[in-house]
Amino acid sequence: MAVPSDAAPTPQALFLGFLKIGLMGFGGVAAIARHVIVTERGWIDDEEYGRLLGLCQALPGANTVNAAVMLGDRYRGPTGALVSVVGLMAAPLTVLVAAATVYDRFASYPLVRLALSGAAVSAAGLVLGTAAKLLVRARPSPVAALCAGAALVAVAGLHMRLPLTLACLAPLSLAGAAWTARRR
Amino acid sequence: MSGRILVQLGTMFGGLSLIAIGGANVLIPEIHQQTVAIHGWLDDASFARLFAISQAAPGPNVMLASIIGWHVAGLAGLLVATIAILAPAATIALFAGRGIRRWSGHPAIRILTAGLVPLALGLMLASGVVASRAAGAGAAGYAITGAVASAVFFTKRNPLLFMALGMLAFLLLHASDV
Repeated sequence: MAVPSDAAPTPQALFLGFLKIGLMGFGGVAAIARHVIVTERGWIDDEEYGRLLGLCQALPGANTVNAAVMLGDRYRGPTGALVSVVGLMAAPLTVLVAAATVYDRFASYPLVRLALSGAAVSAAGLVLGTAAKLLVRARPSPVAALCAGAALVAVAGLHMRLPLTLACLAPLSLAGAAWTARRR
Repeated sequence: MSGRILVQLGTMFGGLSLIAIGGANVLIPEIHQQTVAIHGWLDDASFARLFAISQAAPGPNVMLASIIGWHVAGLAGLLVATIAILAPAATIALFAGRGIRRWSGHPAIRILTAGLVPLALGLMLASGVVASRAAGAGAAGYAITGAVASAVFFTKRNPLLFMALGMLAFLLLHASDV
C-alpha cells in the first residue's frame, strides 16, 4: 500500500528515523520508538500508533521491527520496509559485534566471567519484571491469566517445548478471550 | 561443515521467528534448549553470558539470535541468524500492515490480542526463570534476579540502571572469589 506523496517520508527519512530509534534504544526500544515516530517526526498520531502496536503485539516478531515494516511499507512500499528495518538494526548490530569481539577476547578472564554471570541474572530479572509489569497492565481475563500461569509452569518448570506449549495453550486462551468478548 | 551450521542456524531461527508471538523474548527457553541440549553449540554458562550481552545491547530483542549466530559461525552466522529471525515475521507484518485499516477494530483482532498477549507474557516470565537458572549462579543469582525484577516492576527508572546495579551487587557478593 505505497502512497508516496509530498507528505510521505522519503526512504532516507525512514532510514534515519529508525537508525535513531535503534541507536537510542538502550534498555528497550518501545519508549524511544513512540517518541521518534509520533512526537518528533509526526509520521502518524498517537491513536494510530496505538492501533499499529496493538496489531504488532498479536503478530510474531519484535514489536518495533513489525512497526518499522508496516510504516516503511505504507509510505514507500517493500523498499521502504526494508530500508526501515535495516536502519533499525544497523546500530544495534554494530554495537553487538563490538561487544562480541571484546567478549571473545576477554571471555577467559575469571572476573569477566563473574561480571557476565552477574549481568545474566540481572538481565533475567529485567525480563521477569517487565513481563510481570505488562501482565498486570494487560488486565487479563481469568482464563487468559490461567493460561499465562500455565505457560510459565510448562516451560520453566516442566521444560515443555515452545511449539507444543503454544499448540496446547493458544487455542484455550483464544477461546477464553472469545467467550469473554461475547459476554460483554 | 560451516555451511551446514549456517543452514541449521537459518532453519532454527527462521522457524522460531514464526512462533515469536509478542517478540523474541518468549523464545529464550526454546533457544536455550536448541543451542545447548540439541545442537550442543554452547554450554549453560556461555548461553547465559551471551544472553546478558544481548540484553545490554541497544535494539530489539532479536539480538540474542544475532550473537549466538556470531558465536557459532562468525559474521556469516550473525547475518544468517539475524535475517532468519527477522524475515518470516517481517513478511507477515508486511501483509498484516496492508490490512490494518480494514482489520483494526475488528473483533477478531481484539480477541487475538486479548488471548495471545497474556500468554506471551507468561512465556516471557518463563524466559526470565530459564535464563536465571542457566546462569548457574546459585542462591545469590536467584536473589539478584528477584531483586532486579522487583525494581523493574515497582519503579519507572531505565531498566539498564538496575541491570548495572545487579551486576555490581553480584560482583560484591563474590568479592572473596576474585
